[in-house]
Amino acid sequence: MCTVCGCGQGETKIEGGHEHEHRHEDGTVLSHAHGHDGEHVHAHPHAPGGLSYAPRQHSHGHEHAHAPGLSPGRMVQIEQDILSKNNAYANANRKQWQALGLFAANLVSSPGSGKTTLLVETIGRLAGRHPLAVIEGDQQTSNDAERIRATGAQAIQVNTGKGCHLDAHMVGHAFERLDLKQGGLLLIENVGNLVCPAEFDLGEAHKVVILSVTEGEDKPLKYPNMFAASDLMLLTKTDLLPHLDFDVAKCIEYARRINPKIAVLQVSAKSGEGMDKWIAWLERGVVAQTPLAKGGGSRSEPGDFAAGRH
Amino acid sequence: MHEMSLAEGVLAIIEDHAAKADFTRVKTVWLEIGQLSGVETEAMRFCFDAVTRGSVAEGAALEIVDTPGKGWCLQCAETVSMAELFSACPRCGGYQLQATGGTEMRVKELEVE
Repeated sequence: MCTVCGCGQGETKIEGGHEHEHRHEDGTVLSHAHGHDGEHVHAHPHAPGGLSYAPRQHSHGHEHAHAPGLSPGRMVQIEQDILSKNNAYANANRKQWQALGLFAANLVSSPGSGKTTLLVETIGRLAGRHPLAVIEGDQQTSNDAERIRATGAQAIQVNTGKGCHLDAHMVGHAFERLDLKQGGLLLIENVGNLVCPAEFDLGEAHKVVILSVTEGEDKPLKYPNMFAASDLMLLTKTDLLPHLDFDVAKCIEYARRINPKIAVLQVSAKSGEGMDKWIAWLERGVVAQTPLAKGGGSRSEPGDFAAGRH
Repeated sequence: MHEMSLAEGVLAIIEDHAAKADFTRVKTVWLEIGQLSGVETEAMRFCFDAVTRGSVAEGAALEIVDTPGKGWCLQCAETVSMAELFSACPRCGGYQLQATGGTEMRVKELEVE
């Protein structure tokens, strides 16, 4: 068990009825719905990249690693990204979603930033305009998915168990359970954690970091990797600003020190302030992702706020 | 941060290669960890020891090669060194820096038998 964040694998659960479990090589337990002909329908690209196994004698300065008197072993070149497995799943998700004309956003934040409240309000405003579904990530409980489903939208809960982030493999399986094959909008609410989800690509078009004004304005400096990985920062709960010492200008300046290209929107799900701009950002993403827009040469970027990174 | 997941990723890569490159024991693992990757090397060592227990890499020495952080300064239009993601440009003092190097986390090579 990791002493830093408690992160581990092997206890992942995706909710759903009439299911069975099976264990993957990596220990992840997944619950599957029946009706897929016994086949594992999520594409699993393995072993990305060309790899060479040229055995060679030990002759390039790693001698310090040996105890004296022991014969040197054979060297195997690997040169593989530690996250290559996750990245391969993420690329498969991205390819599938692009083919479907689906715009996927990965919402990341610390716990309690108001992600779910924002989502409920967002869904209310988008109702009937686009096909939409939500994947909810939490260590335990399906409370958030239930809150989303109460709006009438589709949602599926992924419980990561000891894991501190969603990974592309879990999300790929969760997506199989959603009826969203006609394109539209996929909102992924990651586990509340400003550290670990930064490194895990899920196949989304953009990461959106949500920072509530009840947190410190120096969060971008304290958790720089997350702000570096995100294309949009949403400052939420702005209706509370009159009661707080939160310095909005300073917060934005800090975020841009980490990521000069990050776009910023200020919103309050409660008062509705700024919600129209957030909805417009999402809708530009949906439009840019539709096959028609792509055929017209438009890139899958939600307009002016895009930072152009994938 | 998520060193446990990363250590599991390292072990998964090693186990993939164990089958293909035909080895049964790993003596040393070289990782390349960028200065800006956010990986805590001490946590990585702790987690690596924990996840490799009972595997082909049990007891393997972990050698971590640090790669320096580099960024592109939009103002200077030049690549400069970067110690942290929130570092200022050492030339102009500005913050218009985009990390371009030192974010990698790679398994470089293995010494096996």
